[in-house]
Amino acid sequence: MSTLEKTTDEILQLAAAHFKVPRENLRADDDFFKTLGINSLQALDLLTRIEQHFHIELPDYELQGVSDFRTLAERIQSRL
Amino acid sequence: MKNFTGKALSWTIAGGTVELRLDRAPCNEIGSATLAELEQFVDALSGAGEDARALIISSARSEGFCAGADLRELFERSQAMVQRERLAGVRDFLERIHRVMNAIDSAPLTTIAAVHGVIFGGGFELALTCDMIIADKMARFAFPELRLGLIPGFGGIPRLKRDIGNAVVRDLLLTGRSINATKAQSVGLVSQLAAEGDALRVARATAAQINKFDSKTAAAAKRFIKPVPHDELKREIEIFCDLFTRPAVEAGLRKFVESNDALPYLP
Repeated sequence: MSTLEKTTDEILQLAAAHFKVPRENLRADDDFFKTLGINSLQALDLLTRIEQHFHIELPDYELQGVSDFRTLAERIQSRL
Repeated sequence: MKNFTGKALSWTIAGGTVELRLDRAPCNEIGSATLAELEQFVDALSGAGEDARALIISSARSEGFCAGADLRELFERSQAMVQRERLAGVRDFLERIHRVMNAIDSAPLTTIAAVHGVIFGGGFELALTCDMIIADKMARFAFPELRLGLIPGFGGIPRLKRDIGNAVVRDLLLTGRSINATKAQSVGLVSQLAAEGDALRVARATAAQINKFDSKTAAAAKRFIKPVPHDELKREIEIFCDLFTRPAVEAGLRKFVESNDALPYLP
């Protein structure tokens, strides 16, 4: 598994656990707003989980235009 | 000081601790209703005397502590007024909210903001009036005002400058980004981190410790270490009012109010 795939998989696990959805229902290319049915405040919760898990700071302006898990993983990779 | 339950908040007093609880859907946005009840609160607090040694401010809303000013009310009221009335209305609101914030900031009791979730804009400014912030690990802090063409107007910049270094002040103000509770603690904004859902419990334990001390000594210590930056607070109102009547602000407010975007709280 590549580093990007591993990061994506960790995000999917975090999202599944936080929003209490089955991990197998989530895919890397899913639009997380639609798949998880979340609003911007809930997206900030996910951002906080991600920052805690990866021990990074990810400014929320870097999430502009990002709606799928794989692109989110790329943003995280650039901060690791 | 008698217990109170209003439309936007409530307060109780027991064992020397006053608890002010914000509770207005969706996330305690500060508009005219909240302001009026906050004014009642600071009036009641000023008459509490020796009964009150500690104050905890928290939120009953699951979404967070406070998402800031009520931008919908601000926009809708502004639309019904000509420009001169609009500016006078905003100035009056700012002067009233500054009186509330200054009263909490300089209150002779020890004050704690017990925060979780969103602490944005005016909510962040309210938390900054307190002597210490105790934050849930999932809390996030931001000053998103610049994307509306405004600066924080409830005393945020002078109080942020009072508490932390300029690098972080400028980062928060000029990017509008949010930071999590761990970062906020690392830069000196947050006194204590609490586990998820535990900020109020930790604040109550802290208040119980505060209640052991002589109240006059605690008040003297506070006056010594926490001056209210009155001159800068007055300048903030002037700068806010200068900016407020520009078309960019009306456009920014309209965009926020009318947006169907899934990301209204992201910069």
